[in-house]
Amino acid sequence: MSYRFSLGGQTWAFADLKDLLAKATPRRSGDMLAGIAAGSALEQAAAQNCLADVPLRTFLVQSVIPYEEDDVTRLIVDGHDEVAFAPVAHLCVGDFRDWLLSDEATGPALAALAAGLTPEMVAATAKIMRNQDLIQVAKKVEVVTRFRNTVGLRGTMAVRIQPNHPTDDPRGILASTLEGLCYGCGDAVIGVNPASDAPAAVAAIVRLLDELIERYHIPTQSCVLTHATTAIGLIENGVPLDLVFQSVAGTEAANASFGVTLALLKEAHEAGRSLQRGTVGQNVMYFETGQGSALSADAHHGVDQQTCEARAYAVCRAFSPFLVNTVVGFIGPEYLYDGKQIVRAGLEDHFCGKLMGLPIGCDVCYTNHAEADQNDMDVLLTLLGAAGVNFVMGVPGADDVMLNYQSTSFHDQLYLRDLLGLKRAPEFAAWLADTGITDAGGRLFAPGGPHPFLQDMRALLA
Amino acid sequence: MSGVDRPATTGVTPDAWRPRADVTPARLGLGRAGSGQPTRAVLDFALDHARARDAVLAAPDEAALAASLAPLELDSVTVESAAPDRATYLRRPDFGRRLSRNARTLLAARPRQPCDVLLIVADGLSAAAVMAQAPRVLAALVPQLQDRGMTLGPLIIARQARVALGDEIGSIMGARLVVMLVGERPGLSAADSLGAYLTFGPKPGLTDAGRNCVSNIRDAGLTPEAAATTLFWLIERSMALGISGITLKDESPTGFCSSSNAIANSPALET
Repeated sequence: MSYRFSLGGQTWAFADLKDLLAKATPRRSGDMLAGIAAGSALEQAAAQNCLADVPLRTFLVQSVIPYEEDDVTRLIVDGHDEVAFAPVAHLCVGDFRDWLLSDEATGPALAALAAGLTPEMVAATAKIMRNQDLIQVAKKVEVVTRFRNTVGLRGTMAVRIQPNHPTDDPRGILASTLEGLCYGCGDAVIGVNPASDAPAAVAAIVRLLDELIERYHIPTQSCVLTHATTAIGLIENGVPLDLVFQSVAGTEAANASFGVTLALLKEAHEAGRSLQRGTVGQNVMYFETGQGSALSADAHHGVDQQTCEARAYAVCRAFSPFLVNTVVGFIGPEYLYDGKQIVRAGLEDHFCGKLMGLPIGCDVCYTNHAEADQNDMDVLLTLLGAAGVNFVMGVPGADDVMLNYQSTSFHDQLYLRDLLGLKRAPEFAAWLADTGITDAGGRLFAPGGPHPFLQDMRALLA
Repeated sequence: MSGVDRPATTGVTPDAWRPRADVTPARLGLGRAGSGQPTRAVLDFALDHARARDAVLAAPDEAALAASLAPLELDSVTVESAAPDRATYLRRPDFGRRLSRNARTLLAARPRQPCDVLLIVADGLSAAAVMAQAPRVLAALVPQLQDRGMTLGPLIIARQARVALGDEIGSIMGARLVVMLVGERPGLSAADSLGAYLTFGPKPGLTDAGRNCVSNIRDAGLTPEAAATTLFWLIERSMALGISGITLKDESPTGFCSSSNAIANSPALET
C-alpha cells in the first residue's frame, strides 16, 4: 500500500511503509549507501508528516519484511501483546509521540506498554522526535535486571570494564581490569573481546576473571565476547561462564551472517541459565547490536538501518537479557558519517530499547575514519547520562588497543557521576566502600588504602 | 602512544601504581585531575588521534612512493577507483571497489599479457602505511617470486581503493593471482599498519571468503620482511592448489595468515 502527502500543491508518494520509514529518517550515510534515503530535505519532511498520520495499528498488519520470509518478523508478530497495546491502540504515530511526552505516560505506564509495542512502531515514533524528546521519554523508563548485582535502578548507571588486549595476555587483561575496579567501574560486567576465538583461549580468560571475582567476592559478572556456539561448548565442558554473549541484528538474514538463529539463541540462553551462577537474578544474556549491521551483511531488505536496529531489540527481548549494548559508532562512516549522526543514532537506539523494555546501554564510540572525536563522545555520553542509560563502557584512556577504536574511559564515567550524581549498582557500590576504593558516598579515595585487594593490585601491576 | 615529556603537574591525583609497559599497551596509570584525565594524557591522546586522522585523510606521496619502488624495476600503472575524492570514498565503499571509467579504459587498452602474480599497492585507509611498509614488503617479496620463475604483471598503484578493487583489476589484466597491499584503518597506537590480501582467480563479485589476509604489517607488529615470507609461502601454495581463502589453510611457518572468518572479525580490515 502506498502513502501520499500533499504539500503546497506538490504530492509526495511513498511506495510502501518501509519506503516511508526510510525517507522519514533523519539523514545518515548508511541509508544513502543503501539508496533508500530521502532525496531532499523537503522529501524527508514530507515523509515525517505523512508518517505522523499513520495509525499504530497499521504496523501490525503491514510488515516491513514479509512474515513468510523472516523469522524476526514472525517473532514480532506472534509475540505482540494486544492487551498491553490497548491503551494506545487508537493512536497514530504523531499522537503517540504527544502521549509519550505527556504526564499520562508515566514510567509504570510505559513499562506495562512495552510488550504491546513493535519495533517498527517505536522506530517510526523516533523518526519524528527531536533529540530532547528521545532523552525525555527514555528517562521515564526504568529497566532493572539482575545477575550478581542489580543494574538499571533509577539514579544509577553501571559500567562495563572492557580490558581488551591485542594478544589476550592475561597480565594485560588483569592490569586493565584492576585499574577499572579502582576507578569504581565494572558493575555492568567485566567484558573482554578476545583476540582469539579459540575455545581454549576463551576458557582461559573466563577462568581468569572467575578467579578474580571469587577471590575478592566482587558482586559482578564476567563475559568473554565469543560466539554463542563457543559459549555453549564451554558450558558443556564445565567452564564457569557468567553471561552468554552474542551479536544480533534485526533480520533473519543478518543474523545468519553472524552465524546465529533464534533456535541457537534459545539454546544459548538455556545453557547459560542451567549454570545458575547468578545470585540475585538469572538474566544471563549480553547482546550487542548497532545500526548498519543488516546493511553491511546485505540483509536489510530495503529497510532503513534505524528500523532494522529496533527489530534487533525484538530479538534481544525474547531472551530477558541482563545487558543490551548498542555499539553505536563502531561500524564506520559509511553508516554513521560524523559526530552528529552518531549522537542521533545513540539517542534513537537508547529510546527504542527502553520503550521496548530492554536494559540498554551504549558503547559511545567512533573509529578513526569517521568525522568524529572525543568531543562528540562527550556530548553523547552526557546526553545518555541525562536520558538514564543503563550502562556505558570503561576502556583505559578510551583507547581500545585490541579493536582499534575509541570509546569512553574510566575517567569519563567518573565525570558523568560527578556531573549528574549517578550511583553504581547498589551491591557493587557497597563492595567498593568495603574495599576502601570509595567512601560511603561513592567518591574515589586516592589509592593507598589497607585492603588486601589494593595491595595485591599494586603487586600485580608493579 | 606518544610521549611528550613534561614535568609532573599539580592538581593531579596519581594512581598508586605504575603498570609495567610490557604488560599491555593500554593507557593505564594516567592519574586523574578531579574526575578528568590530566592535561598530559589528554594532549597525548589528541596527538595520536591527529596522526590517525592525517593517515586516513592524506594521499600517499606518489613521487616518493615511485622513487622507493624504483629499485624493483617493474613497470607501473596508476589507476583510481570510482570514488572521486576522500569524502566520497569514506561514505561509499561500493565506489572504492570498482574502477573509474578512465582507469578501466586505460587497463583494457594495454596489450593483454597474462601473468602469474599481479601486485597492487593501494592507499586504503592509511597513506602512512603504504609509504612506510609497502616498498619494504615488495623489496623482500618480488625477488623471491622472480627467482621462482613466476611472471609478474606491472605494479599497480591504486587510489581511493578498497580491497575488492583488486578483483576487477586482476580480471582485466589476466592475472592468475592478485596480491593487494592496502593501508589498514589506523588505530591510536599505530597509524601505519598495512594489510596484504591474496586472491586467486580474481574476478568481480568475489567475497572475502575467497581471500587470505596478512595483517598488522609494521615494525611493531609483523615486520614487512616477515610478511613477505608469509606471503611468498601463501602464493606458492595458492598457485599449486589453485585456491585461496577459507579453503587455503594457514600452515605457514610464521602462521600469520587468516582466512575470511578472521577478516570478518577484524574491524581494522575494511574490505
